Amino acid sequence: MRILTLAALTALALSTAACTRPDRFGGDGSTDPNAAAGMGAGGVGVSGLGDPNDPNSPAYFQAVIGDRVLFAVDQSVLSPEAMLTLDGQAQWLIGHGYNVVIEGHADEQGTREYNLALGARRANAVFEYLVSKGVNASQLRTISYGKERPVATCAADTCYSQNRRAVTAIQLGM
Amino acid sequence: MIKKLLALAFAVGIALPTVTPTPVTAEVLRLRLTEGQIEPMPFAIPTFQAEVPGSEAIAAEISRVIAEDLVGTALFRQIPQSAFISNHVFNTAPAFADWRAINAQALISGAVAVQGGQVVVKFRLHDVFNGTEMGEGQQLVANADGWRRLAHKVADQVYSRITGESGYFDSRVIYVAESGPKDNRRKVVSIMDYDGDPSSVVSLTNGGSLVLAPRFSPSGDRVLFTSYANGSPRIYLMDVAAPNPIEVPTAPGNMAFTPRFSTDGRAVIYSLEAGGNTDIWMTDLSSGQHSRLTSAPSIETAPSFSPDGSQIVFESDRSGTQQLYVMSIGGGEPTRISFGEGRYGTPVWSPRGDRIAFTKQNAGSFHIGVMRTDGSDERLLSSASAGYLDEGPTWAPNGRVLMFFRERLGADGGPSLYSVDISGRNLRQIPTNGFASDPSWGPLRP
Repeated sequence: MRILTLAALTALALSTAACTRPDRFGGDGSTDPNAAAGMGAGGVGVSGLGDPNDPNSPAYFQAVIGDRVLFAVDQSVLSPEAMLTLDGQAQWLIGHGYNVVIEGHADEQGTREYNLALGARRANAVFEYLVSKGVNASQLRTISYGKERPVATCAADTCYSQNRRAVTAIQLGM
Repeated sequence: MIKKLLALAFAVGIALPTVTPTPVTAEVLRLRLTEGQIEPMPFAIPTFQAEVPGSEAIAAEISRVIAEDLVGTALFRQIPQSAFISNHVFNTAPAFADWRAINAQALISGAVAVQGGQVVVKFRLHDVFNGTEMGEGQQLVANADGWRRLAHKVADQVYSRITGESGYFDSRVIYVAESGPKDNRRKVVSIMDYDGDPSSVVSLTNGGSLVLAPRFSPSGDRVLFTSYANGSPRIYLMDVAAPNPIEVPTAPGNMAFTPRFSTDGRAVIYSLEAGGNTDIWMTDLSSGQHSRLTSAPSIETAPSFSPDGSQIVFESDRSGTQQLYVMSIGGGEPTRISFGEGRYGTPVWSPRGDRIAFTKQNAGSFHIGVMRTDGSDERLLSSASAGYLDEGPTWAPNGRVLMFFRERLGADGGPSLYSVDISGRNLRQIPTNGFASDPSWGPLRP
């Protein structure tokens, strides 16, 4: 069993905060186009994102508010930093009528079935948080991809930590 | 196109001069599949004779596949033909002294006739040291393109007569063929012979949607799998011979995944997620009736039936980490059976009923292991080195061998299929064209 020390958890939480910092647009590498386009592993159409400088655009939601939150190993508990990101997501989603698919993901260090169930837990944690912040539940749907759709492919925790995620994917053209 | 045998007849008792069986005086040739079996049994297989002109190539291929099947178990060793002292003419009394002299313990002889679009194989098995025939000579018939199956059937007969247990060579494996980049893998449900023979590979889905964990029906005619074809994971069923997937209506829930057949093939057990919580359900395929088998806030998944159909084994993290539990289908509290260090998942009940195979994660490494159904006598059969992951065992039809996948982690990595004897010996990679995962070993074919 992998056990994260408190120090590691703290470090992870800090890195989560760095990734989801609202002012990160144009800053660190996490705003690269690939990251911004990683809105859906389900082959959902990604055209018409709009201008990330336009606060009403899905691109703004992804790149500026932050479309994903990260989780510790084998956990689905939202960190304070994740909640901060989700607060921003909730506020934006309430003001915009988009339907949303919340995708839960896991890193590859686990069995296929369990990771599907773990991803569902993570997606549901985000779902429940957004609803608690006033987002209409009928706007939201959850899905898990388990370990099937990593965003980072190296065999190290620098990648695994990015894959343990829940992505709030705006559904366009609905 | 899947090779079909129009007729596969066992015509026992080939016409031949009557040979009086020699009374058994010494210990009968027998290979016991116990812990102690380390030294492979040497056998001789003269190339099967061509009974009609033009059959020579197929006869040689059949002889080769029989030998490969047997050698592949690591229980047998083939004596090279260059060591042979005498020729053996099929259906004549073997010159046992000549075979003893090269230490052959078993002599496999046969003849092949390819004509009229059919292939006919005859074979006999002799116990060299006792100078006796083991079992009766047999004749097997198939369409000409089914010669490989005939070879597997002969090898199964030899294996069975010498070990006293059924074989597993004339069987197929359903698996997922993988291609494309790691972050957008294309996955195709595929089927092949147990040995990965390239000519046997058939794609059963088109790769248009993500598919996971196909599972053979007990009779080997159907397959269940998980697909994202409709956007969300659902369970699909298709015939192996005519693979048009249809969705299995499950109990209401958000995601339904990782199904397996019940022992009688009439019901499906699966994981159903609702509100972030995954439990195990069963749906009768004919009546459509659903029953909920677990009801807990923890993750319950990866169910597998006992061969008598009375119990299931599954994994749950109700204790805080993934562990294995057994429960009666009739209800009652699950009993935890895994108590070693680490986490246990993907349990699969042996077709013999006596063991459960699993994936174990401990201290960052992955293993395939087996334990008795009460959790005792845990044995790890594989150990993935750093940077690799072992996962997802499936049983050979005779419960003597496991297949699983070993994944090389990282950007360029991917999964390959391996098999290992339940003694822990004979770890071998199954050749596939590209990455392959999620094997499900089917039954011996009729």
